[in-house]
Amino acid sequence: MAFTENIGAATLDGLAYVGGLARLGFSAAQAVVKDVVERRTLAYGRAIHQAMAVGIGSLPILSLITFFIGTILALQSAYELRKFGALQYVADAVAISVSRELGPLITAILVIGRSGSSFAAELGTMKVNEEIDALETMALDPVRFLVAPKMLAMLLMMPCLTIWADFMGFVGGSVFGVAAAGFTFTTYMRATLDALVMRDIITGLIKSVMFGLVITTVGCQEGLRTGLGAEEVGRSTTAAVVKSIFLVIMVDLVFTAMFYFGIG
Amino acid sequence: MADELNLADAHGSAQAPAVSIRNLHVAYGEREILHGVSFDVLAGETVVILGGSGSGKSTLLRTLVGLERPTSGDVIIRGKNLCALSEAEWRDLREHIGISFQSGALFGSMSVGENVALPLLEHTKLDPATIEIMVRLKLNEVGLSGYEDYMPAQLSGGMKKRAAVARAMAMDPEILFFDEPSAGLDPIIAAGIDQLLLKLKEAFGITIIVVTHELASAFLIADRMVLLDKGHIVAVGTTAELQASTHPRVRQFLDRVAEPEISQEIDYLQMLTGEVPRPRQ
Repeated sequence: MAFTENIGAATLDGLAYVGGLARLGFSAAQAVVKDVVERRTLAYGRAIHQAMAVGIGSLPILSLITFFIGTILALQSAYELRKFGALQYVADAVAISVSRELGPLITAILVIGRSGSSFAAELGTMKVNEEIDALETMALDPVRFLVAPKMLAMLLMMPCLTIWADFMGFVGGSVFGVAAAGFTFTTYMRATLDALVMRDIITGLIKSVMFGLVITTVGCQEGLRTGLGAEEVGRSTTAAVVKSIFLVIMVDLVFTAMFYFGIG
Repeated sequence: MADELNLADAHGSAQAPAVSIRNLHVAYGEREILHGVSFDVLAGETVVILGGSGSGKSTLLRTLVGLERPTSGDVIIRGKNLCALSEAEWRDLREHIGISFQSGALFGSMSVGENVALPLLEHTKLDPATIEIMVRLKLNEVGLSGYEDYMPAQLSGGMKKRAAVARAMAMDPEILFFDEPSAGLDPIIAAGIDQLLLKLKEAFGITIIVVTHELASAFLIADRMVLLDKGHIVAVGTTAELQASTHPRVRQFLDRVAEPEISQEIDYLQMLTGEVPRPRQ
């Protein structure tokens, strides 16, 4: 009985948490729209600053990781393909896996580690230092002031980073293609482009936008829920990373299933 | 409380209070922190809320500025009951009050000047050049001229508090709230903050409400004092009236007498009413 009660309670907690994320995301979106309507520029300035941190700051490490992932994928695909004498399809395998799945997912996981955790730590520290209280007492909405710019930056940068991650994955795959599968760099990239249809790229980009939403709302919600003391900031940061990874995988599953059964 | 030393009425005048607190109860979950607190703050006076750790003074301040919601009772500021305000009315009210937090609560990602300019940018239609002048004026008022471009992390504790006061003063508030203005500062810097509060009061006639447990600072800046203990008001009066009080809890606090061992609630109540057990001498 206690076991089923625990499952029920955990389910309710989980739903309440996701509800909280939805409410925070909606409030942030509302704040962005309000800023556009009232032609206020404060949020944009902060959004550009955040976009630089989220996007430009991630580029070197993202490039390196997705390059290696592309090479690894090519090696793993080639292991099976060569059994069928189909090594020339290695570019197709890498192209589809990277653009539909690994490009957005690796980008999301990297952004969780860099930006999701930093959102939670930043807002958590502000909470501990009474800065969130100070905003409220100055009649400034913390969601508009702190969450909305982060969301705007993330929604802008996630698709850009994903496109870049896809490209670096293809380049990584080409290393194997050129070294062991008889391609030149140009023929490998041409094979990659031939293997892709616009739908592959679009599904990856739609996922990346959804991942951006999850990372921002979880990071900010955990930060804003930080209790008292520096220890709590650490707890919020860890929770933001763990919950973001879990929810990103869940969202990935849902969207992949939707694309498979529905849109293709 | 039967034995409560309440001299607020004797001190009262025909003037409408700037802040009126009536039978205020505040709880965190099941635990009640404030048990029916009532007192008035007249316009232009400085009231210091004194109390030891856990007395509920910070909760009272947070309730007065709308960061905590009372479970019952009324807080009336500028003629408006905080418990019945719409969001728009809250926004309007908050533009007329300033708060200086214990930690300063300056935004670490902004310079001192940007911190002070923020409320002006958000709540006024002043052009950037005017805001810049106002920021300089506010920083000058608190003795921080030339520190506009410094980041909060580059300031000392006392300077942070001064910058926080400048930000709290940015919108020319009618009421200023201070949470532990001297906490964590050495005696000389703390004395400087006290002088700053006195200067602000004299220059602008602002109503000031200060929460502190620093007796020397309290007696220097207060027109009246409120002594809180375990969520109850023990005494309200002028500095002289509190000094002259014979109430055991007031004496214990003012004479800095250590707390006796109290194991039963009834012992505590007995002590509040002046009966045994007495504090250790």
